[in-house]
Amino acid sequence: MSSMLLSTMRGCSVSPSWAVRLGNSSLSESYCLTLLSVQTKSKKTLARPGVKNVVLVEGVRTPFLLSGTTYADLMPHDLARAALQGLLQRTGLPKDAVDYIIYGTVIQEVKTTSILRHNINQRTLGAGFSDKIPAHTVTMACISSNQAMTSGVGLIAAGQCDSIVAGGVEFMSDVPIRHSRKMRKTMLSLSRAKTLGQRLGLIGSIRMAHLSPELPAVAEFSTAETMGHSADRLAAAFGVSRVEQDEFAVRSHTLAKKAQDAGLLQDVISFKVPGRDIVSKDNGIRVSSMEQMGKLKAAFIKPHGTVTAANSSFLTDGASAVLIMSEEKALAMGYKPKAYLRDFVYVSQDPKDQLLLGPTYGTPKVLERAGLTMSDIDVFEFHEAFAGQIMANLKAMDSDWFGQTYLGKKSKVGTPPMEKFNLWGGSLSLGHPFGATGCRLVTTVAHRLQKEGGQYGLLAACAAGGQGHAMVIEAYPQ
Amino acid sequence: MSVLVSLNGRRRIYEVKGDVAVVRINDPNSKVNTLSIQMQKEMAEVMDEVWANDAVKSAVLISSKPGCFIAGADINMIQSCNSADEVTTLSQEGQKMFERIEKSPKPIVAAINGSCLGGGLEFAIACQYRIATKSKKTVLGTPEVMLGLLPGAGGTQRLPKMVGLPSAFDMMLTGRNIRADKAKKMGLVNQLVDPLGPGLKSPEERTIDYLEEVAIEYARGIVNKKIPIRKEKEIQDYVMSFEFVRNQIYKTVHSKVMKQSKGLYPAPLKIIECVKTGVEQGPVAGYLSESQNFGQLARTSESGALIGLYHGQVACKKNHYGVPQREVKTLAILGAGLMGAGVAQVTVDKGVHTVLKDTTVSGLARGEQQVYKGLNDKTKKRNITSFQRDSILSGLTGQLDYSGFEKVDMVIEAVFEDIHIKHAVLKEVEAVVSPHCIFASNTSALPIKDIAAASKRPDKVIGMHYFSPVDKMQLLEIITTDQTSKDTTASAVAVGLKQGKVIIVVGDGPGFYTTRCLAPMLAEAVRVLQEGVDPKKLDALTTSFGFPVGAATLADEVGIDVAAHVAEDLGKAFGSRFGGGNVEVLKTMVDLGFKGRKSGKGCYIYQPGLKTKEVNPDIGDVLEQFRMTPNPAVSSDSDVQYRLVSRFVNEAVLCLQEGILKNPLEGDIGAVFGLGFPPCLGGPFRFVDSFGADKLVEKMRRFEAVYGNQFTPCQLLLDHAKDSSKKFHK
Repeated sequence: MSSMLLSTMRGCSVSPSWAVRLGNSSLSESYCLTLLSVQTKSKKTLARPGVKNVVLVEGVRTPFLLSGTTYADLMPHDLARAALQGLLQRTGLPKDAVDYIIYGTVIQEVKTTSILRHNINQRTLGAGFSDKIPAHTVTMACISSNQAMTSGVGLIAAGQCDSIVAGGVEFMSDVPIRHSRKMRKTMLSLSRAKTLGQRLGLIGSIRMAHLSPELPAVAEFSTAETMGHSADRLAAAFGVSRVEQDEFAVRSHTLAKKAQDAGLLQDVISFKVPGRDIVSKDNGIRVSSMEQMGKLKAAFIKPHGTVTAANSSFLTDGASAVLIMSEEKALAMGYKPKAYLRDFVYVSQDPKDQLLLGPTYGTPKVLERAGLTMSDIDVFEFHEAFAGQIMANLKAMDSDWFGQTYLGKKSKVGTPPMEKFNLWGGSLSLGHPFGATGCRLVTTVAHRLQKEGGQYGLLAACAAGGQGHAMVIEAYPQ
Repeated sequence: MSVLVSLNGRRRIYEVKGDVAVVRINDPNSKVNTLSIQMQKEMAEVMDEVWANDAVKSAVLISSKPGCFIAGADINMIQSCNSADEVTTLSQEGQKMFERIEKSPKPIVAAINGSCLGGGLEFAIACQYRIATKSKKTVLGTPEVMLGLLPGAGGTQRLPKMVGLPSAFDMMLTGRNIRADKAKKMGLVNQLVDPLGPGLKSPEERTIDYLEEVAIEYARGIVNKKIPIRKEKEIQDYVMSFEFVRNQIYKTVHSKVMKQSKGLYPAPLKIIECVKTGVEQGPVAGYLSESQNFGQLARTSESGALIGLYHGQVACKKNHYGVPQREVKTLAILGAGLMGAGVAQVTVDKGVHTVLKDTTVSGLARGEQQVYKGLNDKTKKRNITSFQRDSILSGLTGQLDYSGFEKVDMVIEAVFEDIHIKHAVLKEVEAVVSPHCIFASNTSALPIKDIAAASKRPDKVIGMHYFSPVDKMQLLEIITTDQTSKDTTASAVAVGLKQGKVIIVVGDGPGFYTTRCLAPMLAEAVRVLQEGVDPKKLDALTTSFGFPVGAATLADEVGIDVAAHVAEDLGKAFGSRFGGGNVEVLKTMVDLGFKGRKSGKGCYIYQPGLKTKEVNPDIGDVLEQFRMTPNPAVSSDSDVQYRLVSRFVNEAVLCLQEGILKNPLEGDIGAVFGLGFPPCLGGPFRFVDSFGADKLVEKMRRFEAVYGNQFTPCQLLLDHAKDSSKKFHK
């Protein structure tokens, strides 16, 4: 009976074109409801005829550490290598069984990225992958590794590849600091100078002003505003109080601590840091009292702001990696996939006043694509850039006015229930290595679905430039 | 606890939030808040309640209007007074009220969002603490000087204490607007609040709420002594404690003012006097000096003239022709020269897609570079970010052909001033554009009906006369023919307003209004030169009359070739009345390459990087060639000035008589904003009113006796001379 219903269900979503499928989504939802009444545990699957099922086989990450701690003397590719090696070990994957490697990072290390192939080779060959595997780096701010994964999904869906390794790394203990533009110009001219006279002339032209370095911009390019400043304004715009933010931050740390103690963070691999000990735990989790939280001064908008160091995500070093495959390939290789990677969307909005509202825009859009509603989702994992940003997004999703005015909806989007939301901590407590967080979110959703027995998970994240990402993940039948 | 005290019909509502009284200013009858007698009275009542209420420990003063705190004092209130004493009393009332605010036992925080000008600023600086939003709309300033007045409610006394003598003088003597971040640096405001984006309310509403929340926090902080209200002593204060330093400043500022105003404007000098009295003789003398001088200034003709211009400017920033059927979304400009590119710059930065078309690559490149430079200069001054500059420039399309012109809503041609070329482009344009597209000609002298003669649809043809440099000159003269449709006019005015222009709409004819007034004056200037007056002396005579730019320099700026062209054309159209100087002087100069500033040589020599300019030595030979003998009876300095001005004024009055001008107000605005007629005189029509038409006619008759019909007063002027009760401005 149930299988019959299921096949009707599938039949209904079979449509020649994407647009028609979307148009039918209300219809499929009504089927979905009947289905739910018959069978509570296993809802319809999001599999779509003609579209390859893409599965997450495994996901790992190095422990996420506060910048300037145990990883301080490494290079970014060392961390990346650790994550990739960990993935190889965990999966027992033959080193030539990967078709393509895509890696995300935000602040690029000049030394290794100036020559792309060299950079990737540093990471991949060092990690033991075959030198026959092509690879490239992607960057999309805080959703770089999301972009790495979805690029991989695209390659598999298009039939170009069957097996992809995606991941990301960020290393904030050391960032490239450039010479000033004037100095660079002089140095480049110097390398072209032919005579001693020319060289001396150029050297003589160097002034004190040439020597002041150029730090990597932490500010938004279009607005010159730092992200923390924007987060503070966003929180104020939605009337998020300091107490609400501190409470959410405490929640994140408390849940992370619980998850860590209970051994739920299985994606963390141990990593022997050269010259130091073996690291096997995230070190940024710190459960504080509300009183301690309240003592901190505002970090960006001084003195009356509400965003503090304690209710923001901290500068983190870390790397992550996932193995994604077409379902057939995974099964053929004898893997037991963790989850299906289903619909995903990227969104973009005003980088000034809506810089961090990506989840609000992405969530309804991806749900609509997948033909699901908020109540279908069992597991939510949102990237926690700032507690104020999360609270603002929740308030935006709960506001009819915002839904009507900015999302073009008849009413509010609705908020994820907190009992399903970021239950194992989040970026606030675990840390946020920009380029690596996306893979952590996907892996966490998969692991939580397995652990909690849910069927659908949803992840959402915001990123610089006013961008955002959301993805629906479906549990692989146990 | 939250008690809402709603006061019927009042502009303010005061609400108690905890122990802070929030006083909201909101004039129900206007888009902006102004300080009027009624508002002062109500404010006094509200403050009395606040002071009497024991539950209240502090207060926040905020406006409920987005974009406006208090825009200033009510000008009509000052103008309706009948004597200087009455104005002085008004000033003293204001001083008293703000003194009470200043001495308030409960700290008052002014929460400023939007314009905080004049009396509004004086109110704010009387408060104990100021918080302003870092919004572009938030500006602080004392613009009184631009109305020929001074800050008359304690401003001249409080500002120097708050920001120091040099900054206070700068603010009060220039009247310029100061943005919030600059105000913070100067010490004019204590704290800044960021404007917010959309949240659970619109950005504007939420920003005001947020400002209020923050201000309440600060008000409590001040009561709890957590937030200091006294600024720290700076080195500047120490330096200013020496009398000789202060005296040096008074001297420098005084001589600067004299140099720039030629002593024609009394207000700046009075401001210096008030500040000096207050600082050197103490507040009692200072406040008295302020109120008395305020009273006197309000009765001066200069103030009357400047206030008249202010009202005129407001009137000329409205579209009196209704809403056009179609909004101009794409505007094309033909000719990427100085004017064309200038028009492009002021259009593209308003978000209108702008097409700049030229016939040559080099011409187009020069024009696009001009637009880029204009915007980049704004970036350097931090008016816009480099990102904004780049996104603005993405709205500009440069091209050499007419591709895509079917999508264009309006074409403004700025090609060479030749009727044949104008006809050619008009026909080319009409062959490619859609039927609704408007054709506007940026010509300074060719009659629009002559241009429209080549058009298949003369109802869509109009004149839009811009002034160079377009991004600096505020005026736009729109010329309609009998055939121009009302909708075409409405559309042209709408575009001009979007470009930020002050607009006069005039009838068609050779030289329209502005060029027609300027031509006889320039003809007279040439005659004066021929009579042996050196260009520098000519400039000095005109600037000391109040013209911001001297006549010789003006000719160089306009371009000697343009002047020659116009003089010849209008000479043909109007005959000997436009004579005086010999056109051949100008033509000879053009032949020698002395085309004015653009060619590096004109009456003067222009060298890049050099600020001072020397008289062109070769011009002496040219003038020698056309030497005329001056008649001593009409060649005194004053006579030369009135010869120049009376021809200008007479022609302006004639334009009104002939119906080229619709009203004297537009005539005054056009002359001041387009041609630099002395602002202290308020324009040619106000000048006739204040100077006396009879006196002017008398002078003209004297000149007429020597030079003939160039000085014959027109009938309308004679009418006014005969009947002194006749005034152009009531």
